[in-house]
Amino acid sequence: MPVSLSRREVSLLAGAAGLFGATRVRAAEPIKLGLVAALSGQSAKSGEGITRGLQVAIDEVNAKGGVLGRPLELVRRDDESNPAKGQTAARELMDREGVAALFGGIDSPVSQAIVPIVNGAKMPFMGVWAAATNITRNGATPNYCFRVSAVDALVDRRLIAHVTGPMGAKKPGLMLVNNGWGESNNSGLTTAAAAAGVILAGVERFDEKDVDMLPQLQRLRAEGADAVILVGNAAPGSQVVKAMQRSAWSVPIVSHWGISGGRFPELAGSWAGRVQFVQTYSFFAPQSAVGERVTKALMAKYPDIKGPGDITPPVGVANAYDGLMLLALAIGAAGSTDGDAIRTALEGLGRYEGLIKTYDHPFSATNHDALDSTDYVMVRYNGEKIEPVAG
Amino acid sequence: MLLSALVSGLGLGSMYGLIALGFTLTFAVSGTVNFAQGSSLMLGAVTAQMAAVGGGWPMPLAIAAALAVCACWGLIVERVAIRPFVLRGSNVWLMASVALGIVVDNLAMAVFGKEPRALPSAWADEPWAVGDAGIFPLQLAIPVVGVALAAAVQFGLGHTGLGLRLRAAVQNADAARLMGIDVTRLVAITYAAASVLAGVAGVLVAPLFNVASDMGTLFGIKAFAVAILGGLTRPWGVVAAGLLYGLVEAGATTWLGSGSTQIVTFSAVIVALAVAPEGLFSRRRAARV
Repeated sequence: MPVSLSRREVSLLAGAAGLFGATRVRAAEPIKLGLVAALSGQSAKSGEGITRGLQVAIDEVNAKGGVLGRPLELVRRDDESNPAKGQTAARELMDREGVAALFGGIDSPVSQAIVPIVNGAKMPFMGVWAAATNITRNGATPNYCFRVSAVDALVDRRLIAHVTGPMGAKKPGLMLVNNGWGESNNSGLTTAAAAAGVILAGVERFDEKDVDMLPQLQRLRAEGADAVILVGNAAPGSQVVKAMQRSAWSVPIVSHWGISGGRFPELAGSWAGRVQFVQTYSFFAPQSAVGERVTKALMAKYPDIKGPGDITPPVGVANAYDGLMLLALAIGAAGSTDGDAIRTALEGLGRYEGLIKTYDHPFSATNHDALDSTDYVMVRYNGEKIEPVAG
Repeated sequence: MLLSALVSGLGLGSMYGLIALGFTLTFAVSGTVNFAQGSSLMLGAVTAQMAAVGGGWPMPLAIAAALAVCACWGLIVERVAIRPFVLRGSNVWLMASVALGIVVDNLAMAVFGKEPRALPSAWADEPWAVGDAGIFPLQLAIPVVGVALAAAVQFGLGHTGLGLRLRAAVQNADAARLMGIDVTRLVAITYAAASVLAGVAGVLVAPLFNVASDMGTLFGIKAFAVAILGGLTRPWGVVAAGLLYGLVEAGATTWLGSGSTQIVTFSAVIVALAVAPEGLFSRRRAARV
């Protein structure tokens, strides 16, 4: 029997249908998470590693129904290791893509440039590589910057302890990249050396694009340096090692982890394996159940990964995986994608069995760094693979 | 430290000189320069790396391919970014060559990839001990090749038919044309040759440094400073200025610290040009009054 509806009834039904449809669309609408990292240039491998860690974690979360009934979706932007481009990318992800949170990449100067933007916009920011101390300890209240990664101040203590302990140096010299990250470590290493009663032979700096580091190294050598502590990314780091090889200066070399963000073994050549550097995770160590699950997922998703040695750079993959899992837990606990609610939830997270470790209250109102110095591991390259070393 | 400063300075300086030699060639013949010379260096290094490592070609063949690519690149620069604007009497070629260099850098990034790569060479693996400095055999080859190419350019200009035509074009292009010399073709040849010189520098430095699509920018800027410093029209002058520049750069880093390198080096360039505006090794022209 035909039903006749008045114009008012038709418009009411149409409105209800529209509302129902909109609700259905919203339910399926993904929660976007942004990544601002180096996806090109000398640190492109770092961006690739972070992406893989995030994506494997996202797949795992989505397979269990997502968060708040919505799938997670990763939206990436290349900062080209350039702070200004990183700021533009962060703004674009927040304003146009409507991301619920941002992840950062390898470059401390880029993250340092993004910090005031995210704090101003109340946007949760999860650092998963850049280690400059002031990224999380930035003085803002409230502070929206969190990190599942190393902290320069703590790494520097570890580097000083390693070079003077297992490597037996008495007077190390510093070779630092000439940017904010280098300065963060200059402060950290100088403080750590003073606290340990270690005299530094000197502090030398180099630019990212420098091609010959011999003069700086010769200054350290002339000052009596018996080891070199390197802070820089893969390309300039390889030039430091090549210059040492050329001058047959075979003192121990320890490095912050920037060198693992690129093709360091290829660029540094036969001396690459001499460098011992810090990481937060090794896929070579005996794996937990989470470690085995993540390794299996990585091997299934990325055909070039045949085993633990192919998960490079491990620090990018592992930090990103745990960072995303903690953020997903926080969004779930917050019950919304509101930035302030997520921040509060992150600060209140309880126990979580992660890849790097089992976290117990990883963050608090006063501590936004989930890892500490007990989570660091010293490693070296064996060919293309990263293996733990003693100490 | 003196020895290591000398080794570093001469190695880098001769490379700057090689690139700057290309500026000299084109400026002498056409009054224009290829501001994309840094890109020529990059193309040489990138092509050699892709052919030798990616393609598994023997190194001599990879080098030949790299230099052929550089020659073609030089011809393209002249045809696309220089000639159309010079014919119109415009100086826009300056910006056009810069723009073309940026285009080719980005094309190279798309083809070569975004990451720096290595070009291994036996000549840059086992160093020879020279005091406590040490030197790779390839580092010695760079100044030798630089001086040899400067000598070849000088000889070619003075003692070959092509050189004679070039000198005629330099002295009076219109008269040279009336004598049946194809000046346009000569200019194109000098652009190809200039690009090949930078390509040689690229092939030589690739095993010592990293190969990347943006590697030419800084080298190009420094080489232009060297060309101005050397006098722009004097092949030997720019080679000597290159060596001087490299030595000042290495000396500043060695004795004053890495923070002062660029300050000292470019301040020295300004002072040198204030003292000798036409370059340190340029002959002063007599002014007719």
